[in-house]
Amino acid sequence: MSDYEAVIGLEVHVQLKTKSKMFTDAPYYYGAEPNTLTNPVVLGMPGTLPVLNKEAIEKTIQVGLMLGCKIPEVSKWDRKHYFYPDMPKNYQISQYDQPLCEGGAVEIEMLSASRNVMGDHREIALTRIHLEEDVGKLTHTGEMSLVDYNRAGAPLIEIVTEPDIFSPDEAFAFLTALRNNLQFAGMSDCDMEKGQMRCDANVSVRPKGSEKLGTKVELKNLNSISGVRNGLEYEIKRQIHEVKAGGIITQETRRWDADQNMTYVMRTKEEAHDYRYFPCPDLMPIRISEEWKSSLGEALPELPFDRQRRYMEDLKLPYTVTSVLCPNRDLCEFFEAALAVHNNAKGIANILVNNLLSELSEASFGDDQKQLSDLPITPEGLAELIKLVDDAVISNQIAKEVFSEMIQTGKTAGVIVDEKGLKQSSDTGELEGICADMIDANPKAVEQFKAGQEKAINAIKGGVMKATQGKANPKLVDKILREMLS
Amino acid sequence: MEIYKTASQLRSALESGEVSSEEWVKQLIQRIESLDGEINSHLGLDKESALGQAKAADQRRANGESLGALDGIPISLKNNMAIKGQKLTCGSHILENFESPYDATVVEKLKAAGAVIFGRLNMDEFAMGSSNETSYFGTTRNPWNLERTPGGSSGGSAAAVAAGFCPVSLGSDTGGSIRQPASFCGVYGLKPTYGRISRYGLVAFASSLDQIGPLAREVDDLADVLTAVSGLDPKDSSSYPETVTGGSSELNGEVKPVIGVPKEFFEYPMDEEVLSSVKAAIAYYEKQGCEVREISLPNSHLSVSAYYVIATAEASSNLARFDGIRYTHRSKDAKDLMEVYFKSRGEGFGEEVKRRIILGTFALSSGYHDAYYLKAQKVRTLIREDFSKNFEDGVDLILTPTAPTTAFKIDESIQDPLTMYLNDIFTIPANLAGLPGLSVPCGASSENLPIGFQLIAPHFKEMSLLQAAKLYENGNEAHLVRPPLGN
Repeated sequence: MSDYEAVIGLEVHVQLKTKSKMFTDAPYYYGAEPNTLTNPVVLGMPGTLPVLNKEAIEKTIQVGLMLGCKIPEVSKWDRKHYFYPDMPKNYQISQYDQPLCEGGAVEIEMLSASRNVMGDHREIALTRIHLEEDVGKLTHTGEMSLVDYNRAGAPLIEIVTEPDIFSPDEAFAFLTALRNNLQFAGMSDCDMEKGQMRCDANVSVRPKGSEKLGTKVELKNLNSISGVRNGLEYEIKRQIHEVKAGGIITQETRRWDADQNMTYVMRTKEEAHDYRYFPCPDLMPIRISEEWKSSLGEALPELPFDRQRRYMEDLKLPYTVTSVLCPNRDLCEFFEAALAVHNNAKGIANILVNNLLSELSEASFGDDQKQLSDLPITPEGLAELIKLVDDAVISNQIAKEVFSEMIQTGKTAGVIVDEKGLKQSSDTGELEGICADMIDANPKAVEQFKAGQEKAINAIKGGVMKATQGKANPKLVDKILREMLS
Repeated sequence: MEIYKTASQLRSALESGEVSSEEWVKQLIQRIESLDGEINSHLGLDKESALGQAKAADQRRANGESLGALDGIPISLKNNMAIKGQKLTCGSHILENFESPYDATVVEKLKAAGAVIFGRLNMDEFAMGSSNETSYFGTTRNPWNLERTPGGSSGGSAAAVAAGFCPVSLGSDTGGSIRQPASFCGVYGLKPTYGRISRYGLVAFASSLDQIGPLAREVDDLADVLTAVSGLDPKDSSSYPETVTGGSSELNGEVKPVIGVPKEFFEYPMDEEVLSSVKAAIAYYEKQGCEVREISLPNSHLSVSAYYVIATAEASSNLARFDGIRYTHRSKDAKDLMEVYFKSRGEGFGEEVKRRIILGTFALSSGYHDAYYLKAQKVRTLIREDFSKNFEDGVDLILTPTAPTTAFKIDESIQDPLTMYLNDIFTIPANLAGLPGLSVPCGASSENLPIGFQLIAPHFKEMSLLQAAKLYENGNEAHLVRPPLGN
């Protein structure tokens, strides 16, 4: 390994999921025709004024509360100036020295090598979170550049970490955990492809054991969570190589090119903007009362990692199941609702994680992404299905078929089992006959079992299940076979 | 028929059936066409729209559905207020071809009150100036003397009212831009409390100082317009929740305010005739039984300096949007993005605007921000406290000259920005403190140039200002004197 270590700080921009834009009542959503989600305020027409979006402020405070930030009593708005055609006013209303959230941390999990057990957890410290307006989008087409102001003015939070990340994998884990937290709480969809979450990274290297930070380089155009990891990996190698060769790292902004797998210089320190921040005279500072704060806190869901620990400890669910279940709010809510009807956490969780997710992805294609609520299945319906298994009415094997059928047809488990005659057989007399036939048909397995190879009995059992089309009660079959072979 | 009517006189004429709104608007248009060529107070006038609105008002009146005090009354607007479908140039080349896609809140409110949205009035470019000489569309001339400026930046609004082109106009006041031209043109000009009237649709010069207000030839008219356009606007977070109510019916002039006269204001160099007229006004109030006290506003000498830092800083930000990309003038010579910015702005803005953008950009730039912008904000607090102390001590109103001089000659001061800036020395403190101020006509100089005095009240006490002005109006005739326009 290298004698150098990397120090990384991230600046993550996340579009909040709100009904309207940050400073006006124009709506915002992804995918509309260019320049249709605008009005005179969005376009910065002369004479227009911004007004605050309460929902965006509340969501930002909620993100802060979720991540343990300090929410100050007073927060204010500032203008940040630079000229660029994607910004209608040539200044962005942002927050400079009194952001809505200060400090805080994001709990991350470093995936363990085996992936079957929980990895190490640690916290990445945050500097601040502030609220601002998004800018439009430029498309360059040969001689022309086109501007789409749909995105302009969308509420955007910027989450800034301390230089508290020490590897590309940690950065990856941070973004994953942050996205899970924000998605779970309904703050944002955090789809990086749609620009709902964007990340810039500041990275420097230093000799291991050194306390002093090296010269930092800002990385831009990291367009996916993997892109962040790949870009950082390249840049760290580049910097270490440079330093080892006796070179000096210069403070600059570099752009990650995912196609060429390299970073290149965008602008140097000398070209850095002087943003000329000053308090926005059109907006009053906001005062955040304890009551407001606490009512916003009460509306927040449990964090995914807390929920995972609870499911593992209280419900004895395995890590492999909870790691799929817990980041997904729809699944968790469905799970808990089913659990309230029928108390078999493992049975319910297994079918959600193993079967329901694949049904969802099968039903989805391209832009037509199905949600859990699009499927004709209810928590009560799932609970009924698991209860049929637990009451030995159907086997686990049959349950999967029934589940699939439920999703196809919307019928209840009971109806499907009745219509298709899927009730498992517990008729000892009938099963004894079939078991005897199968013992006769598998002399080799019988021999092996009698010689002490316990697993050999599964081949005979499989034959019985096959002969009964899965309807035999597996426990009963096991009992009969063992009696017959003893 | 007498065309030189105030709004309340016109209302009586409309009510009695002496004239219809449409007939009167037609006559005003004729008057403008015959007399405004020299004065140049108008940048535009949508005759069809005005006549249509006037007809609609007449119809309402005929149906017994009149909307109240302003129904059918033409009101002209400084051309920095957005009127849907009409040009909004702000006196600038850079917005020469820009038509507003929306109505300012004041326009919505005036329309709702039945007023006829009338002329678009000339102004200093982006309201930066004290003489209307910085207008890209030519200077406005003072109706009292065509060699003189009407003051500024609402010079068009003051000249149009003085010339009888409209009974009432709206102007905007950032450092005195309603009051100083009102004083130069012999009309009333009210700058209400900051936040009293929505700024939505007023093209921003300095957002923390800008305030829309009415100009008129009678105190009652100011009250009626203020009542119609004030109040909370969900589109302007700096607008104040309470609306002025009652209008002119609340004014009786039977008040005896305690009047403070700040000694510092009388230590500045000013025209002898201005001084003696203002002193006469003070004497009048004393004679009416008002207590007059000498007071001190010790930090007022810092106000012009602080103002030119704050106002230019905000302006440099507010004017950044005029960039040649979308609705503004775009240079034909621009070859790349930087040239679009530099050349379009270089060609589109006039000298004074550029001077202020550069000054404001400097004041906000890294390393200078604290020494200039932050310090100016501290001065602003001191100035506000100076006023508060006096009001807490029982002073109801403060009386000062509106401007140190009468209307100066065109081309006399435009080459000397500092002298021009000092013309706002008496009006700027009220903007910095957010206080309402009113210029009241109080006579003329030996050269027959109008003189005004200024009244300043505590926040949201516009009605006290108007009461006191009415008290003066009841015993004086300065507001009745007309400019010598040969009519």
